[in-house]
Amino acid sequence: MAAVPAPAREGGGTRSGSAAVRRRHTLAAWMFALPFMVLFLVFMAGPVLASLTMSFTDLTSRDLRDPLAVNLVGLENYTKLLSDERFLRSAFNTAYFVVVGIPLTMGLALAVAVALNSGIDRFRTFFRVGFYTPVVTSIVAVAVVWRFLLQPDSGLLNTVLGWVGIDGPNWLQSTTWAMPSLIAMAAWRNLGTLMVIFLAGLQTIPRDLHEQAMVDGAGAWRRFRSITLPLLRPTLLFGAVLTGVGYLQFFEEPFVMTKGGPLDHTLSTAFFTYNQFGFGNYSYAAAASYLLFLAIVVLTLVQFRLLRSRT
Amino acid sequence: MAVDVRRGAPAPATTPAAAPAGAPAGPRRRRATWVYLVLAVGLVVMLAPFLWMVLGSFKPEAELQRVPPTWWPETPSLGNYRQLFDRLDFPRFFANSVLVAVAVTAGNLVFCSMVGYALAKLDFAGKRLLFGLVLAMLMVPGVVTFVPLFVLVSNLGLVNTYPGLILPFLVTPLGVFLMRQFISGLPDELIEAARIDGAGEWRIFSRVIVPLCGPALATLSILTFLSSWNNFLWPLVVAQSEDKYTLPVALALYSIGQNATRYGLLLAGSVVVILPVIALFVALQRYFVQGIATTGIK
Repeated sequence: MAAVPAPAREGGGTRSGSAAVRRRHTLAAWMFALPFMVLFLVFMAGPVLASLTMSFTDLTSRDLRDPLAVNLVGLENYTKLLSDERFLRSAFNTAYFVVVGIPLTMGLALAVAVALNSGIDRFRTFFRVGFYTPVVTSIVAVAVVWRFLLQPDSGLLNTVLGWVGIDGPNWLQSTTWAMPSLIAMAAWRNLGTLMVIFLAGLQTIPRDLHEQAMVDGAGAWRRFRSITLPLLRPTLLFGAVLTGVGYLQFFEEPFVMTKGGPLDHTLSTAFFTYNQFGFGNYSYAAAASYLLFLAIVVLTLVQFRLLRSRT
Repeated sequence: MAVDVRRGAPAPATTPAAAPAGAPAGPRRRRATWVYLVLAVGLVVMLAPFLWMVLGSFKPEAELQRVPPTWWPETPSLGNYRQLFDRLDFPRFFANSVLVAVAVTAGNLVFCSMVGYALAKLDFAGKRLLFGLVLAMLMVPGVVTFVPLFVLVSNLGLVNTYPGLILPFLVTPLGVFLMRQFISGLPDELIEAARIDGAGEWRIFSRVIVPLCGPALATLSILTFLSSWNNFLWPLVVAQSEDKYTLPVALALYSIGQNATRYGLLLAGSVVVILPVIALFVALQRYFVQGIATTGIK
């Protein structure tokens, strides 16, 4: 009886013991996860797949009561989208918003973060709270306020521009200026998020590095280029992805400020999707939203490559 | 060689406030003045829209259209607010926004911390799948799901109801992620000790873990409340009659509808949407910044 070596028995005991523990934990864990799983599968994961499926059908609002009347149409919605001038216009507008908006927002946020990190010791919290404030506000409310600011004659911006002799345009009614106006507002509202993220990144850069470079005679700009930027690359990547995902979905700004006009020049892809949904073209809207999703994934991957590979 | 000597003097060089060796105080102070000046100008630009909004909300309509605009309200009045609350149904929209945000926040606090605990501290079959699912959904934007979600909600008969507004947001992948990260950092010894005392998993969760999650729960509630308060696309789709409108929906629809040019009213409405949130933010800004730094969301 005593021939069974002790270590083996002990090992076996622990193994079956840990298997029992794991079984108990598995049961407990899934009980903990149950409410989340139900809501998650029904209201999130389910719709993501349903959206894809739907985009290959001809579902419209009239089919809501009778889903069996829906036909599979393959890629028809997608081919139709790619020859739909309004969709292409919206894709162009969205690209414009993202391509100009991301560098602008990141540049401003980085400037503020570097300024706040440059060794000033007073009012730091005050400035940080001030620059961050627009982030917490509703885009709808902010868009209403900006529409008022950008009014051609009685607006604040054109009044201020008038002081220095500039006759400002009718910003939101101009096919040239409407989109830059929305981009400026987005940069204003979102730079606070990036500022906080960049500040956290800047604080991980050892101060000694800067001081050594200073001793070696490097100026502020040189140190920024050669020390700050390379070491901040992961943080910049994170910020770019975050901003890009948000900007690709811009919707409230044109909804409130321009209704997508003038002449569709601020119609975003999210707005296009919403409009198609409003017309009852559900499967067409789903296809458009999936193309937008695809763009989000592609942009994220591209940014990873761009900012990773140059280290 | 002089370089090496200076490199070898670590103590003063690493204190942030100390001027680095060799940099004279004069240019340094001059630079600080410039930095303050630029930051101050920036801050004015950041906050001017809010000031302009608040001032404008006290001006009567005629004054708002004047060219050039007046700065301080000449005849300050509460007329815009009175109209907002008496003639329009803003108390109702406000209550709807609060109700939805509170319910969504409560759901996230309970459900996300439960899953967060399981993912952080229990070893179980399917754990990696569950966490992978959560991470994958972090990326999916609302605009991708709202069409099928609407079909689903309308088949459930929940269009234009409070459950229709609340249910899709009762849990968020982000909340799970945040709670898991925080709970992972809590020491395992506490849980082991409770197990030896014979406590079950639910008891460990509710009596040991939750009381230690104060900071994470605070961050999660602020972030969730805020995103619910400012949420627009889904309530716009689901709330179809005025009595279910949340504040942003009401404000947006008024601003493009028949009240499109009534700026006094619209500005007062914006104040009602924005000001409570700014007050909350200024009071609790510590938790906001924590949340941003750990999860990177707004």
